[in-house]
Amino acid sequence: MRLDTTSSSAVVEGDPTDDELLGMLRRMIEIRGFEDEIQRAFTKNLVRGSTHLCNGQEACAVGACSALRPGDSMVCTYRGHGAVLAMGASLERTFAEILGRETGLCRGKGGSMHLTDVEVGAYGSFAIVGAHLPIATGLALAARLDRTEAVSLCFFGDGSTNIGAVHEALNLAGIWRLPVVFFCENNLYGEYSPLPSTTPVEQLADRAAGYGMPGVRVDGNDVVAVRRVVAEAVARARAGEGPTFVEGLTYRHRGHSRTDPAKYRPAGELERWLEHDPIPRLEALLAERGVAAAAIAQARADAESAVAEGYAAALAASAPAVELIHEDVYA
Amino acid sequence: MSEVTYKEAIRRAMEDALAEDDRVFMIGEDIAAAGGAFKATEGLWERFGGERVLDTPISEQAIVGASIGAALKGRRPVAELMFADFAGVCFDQIANQLAKYRYMTGGQVTLPVTIRLANGAGAGFASQHSQTVENWFLNCPGLKIVVPGSVADAYALFRAAVRDEDPVLFFEHKGMYNAKGSLTDDAPPVEIGRAAVIRSGEHVTVVATQLMRQRAERAAQALAAEGVEVELVDPRTVLPIDFETIGASVDRTAHLVVVQESPLAGSWGATVAARVVADRFESLDAPPLLISAPDTPVPYAGGLEEAWLPSEQRIADEIRGLLAG
Repeated sequence: MRLDTTSSSAVVEGDPTDDELLGMLRRMIEIRGFEDEIQRAFTKNLVRGSTHLCNGQEACAVGACSALRPGDSMVCTYRGHGAVLAMGASLERTFAEILGRETGLCRGKGGSMHLTDVEVGAYGSFAIVGAHLPIATGLALAARLDRTEAVSLCFFGDGSTNIGAVHEALNLAGIWRLPVVFFCENNLYGEYSPLPSTTPVEQLADRAAGYGMPGVRVDGNDVVAVRRVVAEAVARARAGEGPTFVEGLTYRHRGHSRTDPAKYRPAGELERWLEHDPIPRLEALLAERGVAAAAIAQARADAESAVAEGYAAALAASAPAVELIHEDVYA
Repeated sequence: MSEVTYKEAIRRAMEDALAEDDRVFMIGEDIAAAGGAFKATEGLWERFGGERVLDTPISEQAIVGASIGAALKGRRPVAELMFADFAGVCFDQIANQLAKYRYMTGGQVTLPVTIRLANGAGAGFASQHSQTVENWFLNCPGLKIVVPGSVADAYALFRAAVRDEDPVLFFEHKGMYNAKGSLTDDAPPVEIGRAAVIRSGEHVTVVATQLMRQRAERAAQALAAEGVEVELVDPRTVLPIDFETIGASVDRTAHLVVVQESPLAGSWGATVAARVVADRFESLDAPPLLISAPDTPVPYAGGLEEAWLPSEQRIADEIRGLLAG
């Protein structure tokens, strides 16, 4: 295990350009706006069941996905709106899916927890904790067998490191040296339980040693640092050097799901983490690099209008025809 | 045409599937150099190499999950679960991931995954290595479940499973591995979801699969000597099940018997009986008869396991009782 401590204010080779960073900022603001809109829609009873928001974790999704190229794949958890959007899924169709519209990514059959857009490489969001790590391993196995040099990126939460499927998948990827990047978003809580109450190691990246792969812990609220660490892991994977376990240390601004007020969090914890909110941090970095304030403001304005337009269009779409119930069971 | 064992038919089907399509690969525990716990994959690794026949750690969740992931990218994996009971270890991967994936993504993915499972009792493997596990998955739309009961069906259904665009659970009855039958070089393809009428008869429709089909066939021969003509139907696929063929037979015989190697509760046999009663009540001259195993796990000791499995004698006696009704 090593801790990546490179400061993101000093540019290193392979870092995103200022323009790329502006694009990443826009995407992070879109994700934040998307989640806020979903929360409002939920309170208006426009979202069914449950929904799990990723406010505060945008740098993990955007930083890691920015290290991929077309042909690579990404799978994620039920807290995956950000990751799917970071791969390039349309705001309108992602909104439409969660609102249960026929124009949704999954024709309204998946909802918040199963967002999938294969066209952009987002192969699925999974609602059984840890169940997708074996699938991510299979995506990498296909890349190996087909010699495509494609990489499989897999997001999972801190809580999932305690479930059996994760152990099997990490072990298989390790023994076969498959091209997978396992990205653990450590937001300090598994549902309502703080990590130390469920997990006997403090740094989850330490667990990588048991699978014969490098484990790296990174500041998950620093989008440039995330990008660097994942880009290095992706390069290793493409070169046939096997999987990497990345632990992105981050924080969930909201509760576990729906209207969970997260009263189990100690007083002051949220406030301390808000000081490290990844979006203002990226704006400050851009300013430090000399990017014009107007360009930063423009990125924010573009993101906000894209969210508003996407939401309005999704709301206007129709519900799935009832006949669709019988489609997509078999090919 | 050649006389081969059920196991050889499956081995040959795997070999032909690997030869036919480069996208096909096998994945499982000790299936490569070791040739599988039942030697069903013997010679495949030698012919096709380590990228087509992959040995894994003892990790059923990873075996099935990796198959799903590879299928997402266009591969056609054939996963082996050494004993069907081990499906319990990876139940989530099969029931929640493999079965539902296409549906919950609105049809964005197809998953041509075949899972081979060694099924069934009779060989003294005790409770955790003997169950007929197909019943666990009947309530999983999105899966197809085949249960070949002859040498010819074992070959043909395996080829159909691998060519199918949907996930198929392929249950091999390990009590039949050494049973012999004929396999023609140009065997006709068998469609998944189609039953076969094994023997025609006018007095009673008997529905059975795998080991119970073999026993029902011998019971039918004994009954024929007494003038009772059994129509034996093997559904061959239990999800989706061919109610048309079964129903048409009941329309002719007016009697339905299901013989199954499992407890009654939640079984495919119970589903067949319910459906026939609901759709064809008027055709029946008597209530359907379900010949099942006791509602217990499979016991170990020889005498206990023998008593647990419906015997040829019990099948014949219960059919006599029904018709004497």
